[in-house]
Amino acid sequence: MNKIRALVVDDNMVNQTIHHRLLKNLGIENQVVKNGKEAVDVHSSGKYFDLILMDMDMPIMNGIEATRRLRAMGIRCMIAGVTTRSLDQEKQEFMEAGLDDYQEKPLTKAKLVSILHKINYTT
Amino acid sequence: MDTVTQLQRQLVDYTNSLFLEGFLNEQFNQLQQLQDESNPDFVVEVVSLFFQDSERLLNELAKILEQKNIDFKKVDAHVHQLKGSSSSIGAQRVQRVCIAFRNSCEEKNIEGCQKCLQHVKYEYTHVKNKLETLFKLEQQVLAAGGTIPMY
Repeated sequence: MNKIRALVVDDNMVNQTIHHRLLKNLGIENQVVKNGKEAVDVHSSGKYFDLILMDMDMPIMNGIEATRRLRAMGIRCMIAGVTTRSLDQEKQEFMEAGLDDYQEKPLTKAKLVSILHKINYTT
Repeated sequence: MDTVTQLQRQLVDYTNSLFLEGFLNEQFNQLQQLQDESNPDFVVEVVSLFFQDSERLLNELAKILEQKNIDFKKVDAHVHQLKGSSSSIGAQRVQRVCIAFRNSCEEKNIEGCQKCLQHVKYEYTHVKNKLETLFKLEQQVLAAGGTIPMY
């Protein structure tokens, strides 16, 4: 089984803890950062991930901006937007920033597995 | 019925009541499923984070709503956070009040916001008490030598 590495980008501590655990329980090593700028910085430092779980509303740099920046940097991995926003217009803007997938919060094991199946992950 | 079975029965009944009465929803089950031998205190840890975070947010909200000029953007940002965390742990009633709260923010309705703050404080305190009781019951089962039943 390939060792998948993931990055959790979320400003909410409760969500950080849950998403970290959800990934770990599925055998996925993961790092947690608390806003879009940290997500960009961690990539600038040379780290690479197979999956990014990107929240939308965050201080300093939000998920839309961070996704745009990462794509502009040439980051091609799976980026899944994870957010509470449900309006089509908001979803659209987030998707257009460069997402591969979109899930509504709260994140569950089932939603995470459906994201992972898109990267050829075998459970 | 021996003590352990009795306590376990009490725990299961109490937990079920929290779901039936709408305090918790299936998202709480997700948390329970993440708890295992390598992470035996996961639910308590996450819920404790929720308590800390919520109390901070509620204090901030009270401060902001006391101001002469209310920064509704700030109020909305805090309520958004509270809605997020409550939804993530399955604290359904708190989450629902947050939705109404955000509507009041959008309308810049001061009275509406103040009412919502009282309401969300009430629901938060209520679910906090319920969860603390739940954790106490779990401790009792463990102390009596039993294991926590899988829900």
